[in-house]
Amino acid sequence: MFLNQFLLLAAALFCIGVYGVIARKNGVMVLMSIELILNAVNINLVAFSAMWFNTPGANPLAGQVFALFVIAVAAAEVGVGLAIVLAIFRNYKTVDLDQVDLMKG
Amino acid sequence: MIGSLLAAAQNADAPVLVAQNVAFGIISVLMIYSAIRVVTAANVVHAAAFLVVVLAGVAALFILLGAEFVAITQVLVYIGAIVVLFLFGIMLTRAPMEGSEKMSRDNWALAALTGFVLLVLLGYTLWDGFGKNKIPADLQPTSTGALSDVIFGQYLVPFEVVSLLLLAALVGAIVIARRD
Repeated sequence: MFLNQFLLLAAALFCIGVYGVIARKNGVMVLMSIELILNAVNINLVAFSAMWFNTPGANPLAGQVFALFVIAVAAAEVGVGLAIVLAIFRNYKTVDLDQVDLMKG
Repeated sequence: MIGSLLAAAQNADAPVLVAQNVAFGIISVLMIYSAIRVVTAANVVHAAAFLVVVLAGVAALFILLGAEFVAITQVLVYIGAIVVLFLFGIMLTRAPMEGSEKMSRDNWALAALTGFVLLVLLGYTLWDGFGKNKIPADLQPTSTGALSDVIFGQYLVPFEVVSLLLLAALVGAIVIARRD
């Protein structure tokens, strides 16, 4: 297997996620697109970890450890993100991000 | 990908892992289709269901790369917890279920252009930089014991920081979502 198979698939996932973050109106859908981006990063980390498998002097497990850290941070991010979406829904009665323009961004 | 498969088939000195490559092809096609459906589906619950397919595909890729513990963690944390959290979020915000309302912004074409340009740039860079690198054919699955040795040895401090971060995020989520 080539390393590039995995890297290109991860790049495609990343770009689909970027499209979703920019184009979606619903706050929950934007969070889902962020999950796509984080998963693309995880594929990269684990693929590089597999590439260094039998290289002397390298630590082949570092990539997998960092993938686990990314999963933990993603769980924390989804918790806080959904809490923010719920707070927005309670105050604005909508999750349409176009109508949440208090800061005129 | 087909090109890389053909190149691998012509390269006689390297063993070709046919089963792994076929599995990779099926998984990647499923994942790309589902990922596109996640960002284009009109029904929010359908998008969450397609997200499950993408996350399961990532777990399958981890197994293909010999990272069994990461794959199981992916299934437990992502499919078991995060998707359920998303479904609760969809339920509580009463997001449109029929797809009658518009789900995309007016600038979706610009967003698609951004994604496409990014994909071309990333693809060229990866092709240029890692075109010859191969995953070792004698790749062995990582044992969970070895992984835990690394986590609780070399990466102990980052591990504790991550647990503190999870605690802080938990408290923050409760404070933000609480009605008072």
